[in-house]
Amino acid sequence: MGVFIDAIREAAGMLSSGALDVREIVGTSLKVSLLATLIGLTIGIPAGFVLGGVRFFGRRALLVLASTGMGLPPVVVGLFVVMLLSRRGPLGTLQALYTTEAMVFAQVIIATPLIVAITAAAVASVPRDLRLQARSLGASRLQEAMLTLREARFGVAAAVAAGFGAIISEVGAVMMVGGNISGQTRVMTTAIVQEARKGHFGLALALGGVLLTLVLVVNVFLATHQHADDRYSR
Amino acid sequence: MTPAQDIGQGIALSGVGLRKSYRGRRALDVDRVDIPAGQALALLGPSGSGKSTLLAILGLLMRPDAGRVLLGGEDVSCRDRYARLRMAAVFQRPYLFKGTVADNVAYGLKLRSVRASERGRRVAEALQHVGLAEMGSRSALTLSGGEAQRVALARALVLRPDVLLLDEPLASLDPLEKGRLAREFARILAAEAVTTLYVTHDQDEAMVVAPLLAIMRGGRLVASGPTDEVASVHDDEWTASFFGMGAPLKGVVGACEEGLARIVCEGVEVFAVAECREGERVSLGIRPEDVLLFEAGAEMPHSTARNRLPCVVESVTARGATYSVVVESGGVRLAAAVSRAAVADLGLAPGIPAVAVFKATAVRVRPVWDNVSTRS
Repeated sequence: MGVFIDAIREAAGMLSSGALDVREIVGTSLKVSLLATLIGLTIGIPAGFVLGGVRFFGRRALLVLASTGMGLPPVVVGLFVVMLLSRRGPLGTLQALYTTEAMVFAQVIIATPLIVAITAAAVASVPRDLRLQARSLGASRLQEAMLTLREARFGVAAAVAAGFGAIISEVGAVMMVGGNISGQTRVMTTAIVQEARKGHFGLALALGGVLLTLVLVVNVFLATHQHADDRYSR
Repeated sequence: MTPAQDIGQGIALSGVGLRKSYRGRRALDVDRVDIPAGQALALLGPSGSGKSTLLAILGLLMRPDAGRVLLGGEDVSCRDRYARLRMAAVFQRPYLFKGTVADNVAYGLKLRSVRASERGRRVAEALQHVGLAEMGSRSALTLSGGEAQRVALARALVLRPDVLLLDEPLASLDPLEKGRLAREFARILAAEAVTTLYVTHDQDEAMVVAPLLAIMRGGRLVASGPTDEVASVHDDEWTASFFGMGAPLKGVVGACEEGLARIVCEGVEVFAVAECREGERVSLGIRPEDVLLFEAGAEMPHSTARNRLPCVVESVTARGATYSVVVESGGVRLAAAVSRAAVADLGLAPGIPAVAVFKATAVRVRPVWDNVSTRS
């Protein structure tokens, strides 16, 4: 038990003193994961809307593909991006390997299928006749789509939470494409792995605490928002 | 087909040569349908008769395979959003959006960029019209079926549409609420004087709500005209049976003096209050609820009813609270709506003789149409 008590004491000290290392690592994590979530949402919500709300040839196959993508192992994504960006890879000339841009790229690949699949399911659960009702009141196609997304907002919020949660807590892809370079590409998960290996459980635990708190904050925010909406739901 | 310029004054919405098929099956085949401005036309027919398809096409919510939709005499299509903004619809399920009652009613106004102050005033006014003045701030998704349907109506009426489309708006309500709301809808539609297409499969509802009625069967319009006339006078077996009548009646006017016509149907003389010419061929209609049955040979109570036909009971069929009793008299078949108690008292059963009594004022008469289709 002593190892836990020591680690907790050390972690509390680091967090309360605002140690530079911790702030920098948390900052990089947030920068990479928020940007990746934002890009994932920009691609995933329209794609999820089309998959969930529009009937076209090949829709089922794409839905299966998106669902499969939800289970993409981050290390496989990491491997794919490393090969893509390595000196001999098709995008090697960009010299982007071991940069935060490469990490964002890998995380977008992980988050987007999650956002697409969850948004598609949420949109599909909105009755099609509701859109017909909106059209019959004069809505344009875009206004119909906006109304559908508004009706499906619980599901869309869940997609945001799932996407962000998945990438801020993954380690395989960011480790491979970012390289865990101190002051540059070190994020919370990679730092936890490294510090734990070195036996610096205090720093690892402090970062773990911050990571859990972040995920909790996002979920509490979304849950509170949903609760506010519940007043107008059955 | 009639070109747009031939459309008479006062027709708000028309469909001309409308055709629609689903997977090779013809779902709609209507040569012409007109809805006069400011009036309500009920579209009545059994399930699968094409009513909702016709409504969706006229409401620019579905593209027909062929034909034209004319709004105020102008050709319009699904792509014409300006035309769609002049219409509003209410469906069987109210499909209220998440939010308050007022948010729902204001939805179409927001789409039309109506100013917030104006919006608030119109929403309050619309809710007042449908009897929900106090419910604006309530969650729309916690309303009862009847309340939700009223909100849906307010959401459409608040737009002051040129044409209001109602697709089985009361079908999911219980009979009591349905009857109450049908009367209320009739009052509101008459007060608003909005051109309305009202789809229903319920005859009572159609007769309460709309002064004009069109009957659909197999994707075609088989009859249309003033509700009272269409519900009473029929030209074919199917329509007569749909309305619970014995059979279509046709006859020749034997004499007509001072508004009282003597009409010979088969071998029976029927008196009717009508203006017609001697020798004219006419269709007749007598609603089952206007026909009384008495025991054959029994002493008749004092009555002003001119028509007293000795008859024989052909069939007795239960229809909810009443029985439909079909009788035959000299080749003429009539239906009577008889209470359960009366059926038991009179011992009505096939083959039993009786006397059918009805007033001359209960007989609807109109000239025979050889090609009845889409008059409205």
